[in-house]
Amino acid sequence: MEKLLDIKDLSISFKTDEGTIHAIDKVFFSINKGEVLGLVGESGCGKSVTSMSVLRLIASPPGNIDSGKIIFDNKDLLSIPIEELKKIRGKFISMIFQEPMTALSPLHCVGNQLVETLQFHGNIDYKKAWEIGEQWLHNIGIGDPGKNMYAYPFQLSGGMSQRVMIAMALMLDPKLIIADEPTTALDVTIQAQIFDLMREMKKKDTSLLLITHNMGIIWEMCDRVAVMYAGEIVEIGTIKGIFQEPLHPYTQALLNSIPSISIKREKLKSIPGQVPSPFNYPKGCRFQDRCNYTFDKCRKEHPDLEKINDRQARCFLVKNK
Amino acid sequence: MVDLKTNFSVLGISDLKTWFPIRRGILSRTVGYTRAVDGVSLNIKQGEILGLVGESGCGKTTLARTIVKLDPAKSGSILFEGNDILTTKGGNIRSLRQNIQIIFQDPFSSLNPRMTVIDTLTEGLIEHKMIPNRQKKDKALQLLNDVAMDSDSLYRYPHEFSGGQRQRISIARAISMKPKLIICDEAVSALDVSIQAQVINLLIDLKNKHKLSYLFISHDLSVVSYIADKTAVMYLGQIVENADTADIINKPLHPYTQALISDVPRIGENKDKRTILKGDVPSASNPPPGCRFHPRCPIGVQKCTTDVPRLENKGNNHFVSCHLV
Repeated sequence: MEKLLDIKDLSISFKTDEGTIHAIDKVFFSINKGEVLGLVGESGCGKSVTSMSVLRLIASPPGNIDSGKIIFDNKDLLSIPIEELKKIRGKFISMIFQEPMTALSPLHCVGNQLVETLQFHGNIDYKKAWEIGEQWLHNIGIGDPGKNMYAYPFQLSGGMSQRVMIAMALMLDPKLIIADEPTTALDVTIQAQIFDLMREMKKKDTSLLLITHNMGIIWEMCDRVAVMYAGEIVEIGTIKGIFQEPLHPYTQALLNSIPSISIKREKLKSIPGQVPSPFNYPKGCRFQDRCNYTFDKCRKEHPDLEKINDRQARCFLVKNK
Repeated sequence: MVDLKTNFSVLGISDLKTWFPIRRGILSRTVGYTRAVDGVSLNIKQGEILGLVGESGCGKTTLARTIVKLDPAKSGSILFEGNDILTTKGGNIRSLRQNIQIIFQDPFSSLNPRMTVIDTLTEGLIEHKMIPNRQKKDKALQLLNDVAMDSDSLYRYPHEFSGGQRQRISIARAISMKPKLIICDEAVSALDVSIQAQVINLLIDLKNKHKLSYLFISHDLSVVSYIADKTAVMYLGQIVENADTADIINKPLHPYTQALISDVPRIGENKDKRTILKGDVPSASNPPPGCRFHPRCPIGVQKCTTDVPRLENKGNNHFVSCHLV
């Protein structure tokens, strides 16, 4: 399999008045051509920071990339000049954000925003670009595209603006799409419509990095999944592997704590306690205080990712399995 | 409307309408109404959890707010232990407010940022003269214990807590008044799954301990299916299906409920057997004629565009409003 995006040892920290936050710590993963990789974790675990860093959307200061490389198409996205990166943004790697209402410009109508993207990346006249934009609105299922090209984002519902965002992301036929919680703000019925669209584009060999906190979505959409906890990747593997036999205790606990839609009245197995503060991660394993299997070594040493067949997990107990 | 039995019920809502006027022009004349809640009948028995699901904008929250008299009802009745909430006046409203508590979705805006936990938890008790001032601390400690929080939280402010802990404080505040009914309006939606599970377990434990009834509002069917005894499905201000949760999940009758259930991503199941609804929820100020679901319905017929379906009992107290069932 050909690697499309390769993130190596990426560490990012933020300087705040209260101290330095190590938002993500030596995160690495790769995405193959035509693959859908899921990135899952609780709020504050560093999912969004990871995704934003790919297109260098982390404001600096306060953010700082301490180490690491993001290789895309044999180029390190973190070290190329910004002018070159601008040509990649949108055309080769595009992004769908969680809040379509804040991600679209409130001052420009939908048509002009679509045209702007098309004209920035290609030598194309306004009229032609407008026609292409209108065609795309039709493709993603927005009724009356001729009229809606003139609509401003506040005139559209959440589902419709998210579809406009998706049209914008798909329009230039990118190789990689980063979707950061694309359906979290939407109802399940609209979510199903959006996923239908995303499955269509998967057929065209587009890769997708899908960030979510919902394990059900991961199961539906992804080929592989990376689980993050407190700024680190704790487990990576195929969907089948992770769901059938989760190796890391956090992944196990996460899967157990989801209420499923079938009726069974056992008590939900919740994870005790809460995520440690990013100002002050404990020495040793970061999951130690919430884990059922913690022993001495977990409190003293920090576990590395252990490789087992096609899986990786950050736990001392994995080898013994 | 269907006459639901109101015996032994804590809350009996019948044909409730909450319409908001749309005003235009310099004389601000009423030119129309947003029919947020339009003819809802529901019944909650003692010790029961009624789940209420539906898409955003379908009127779930307005219904909750109407029950606690935060929004004015246009017509209908809400019987709480036999007394109509809508006609209750004066001092009786105070006892009503004590008996019906509400937990809101966002724990960041529902707690007063300038009040310590001990004050937040005992404000209602002291206002209602349920405890003397000197018992304040003991009572607050006991409440914190009920929701599994440390006693050192007493003199801290809301900003010092995480979302899950704040929601626990909101729950403690709600149970402090010894209510009979608690309305949970998306009470766990803003929480991460691991914390969500903690709070759901807590709500179930408290219900059993204090013999509470819940109206549990959520857009998340998997959470509702887990916690609720009965489930009502709401669409554009009306209840379209109401039955035991097991019946709703296993054999939903209304096409909207069927689509809603099939659209929930679930682990370990085939991904392709989905009903994908077209379009968005129509506006509540101009609902479609006939069955309100007909523009999006996958199986609609001619009759649906003209005749309004009624909520009917299809056996085993499974109520559904659809011409085709």
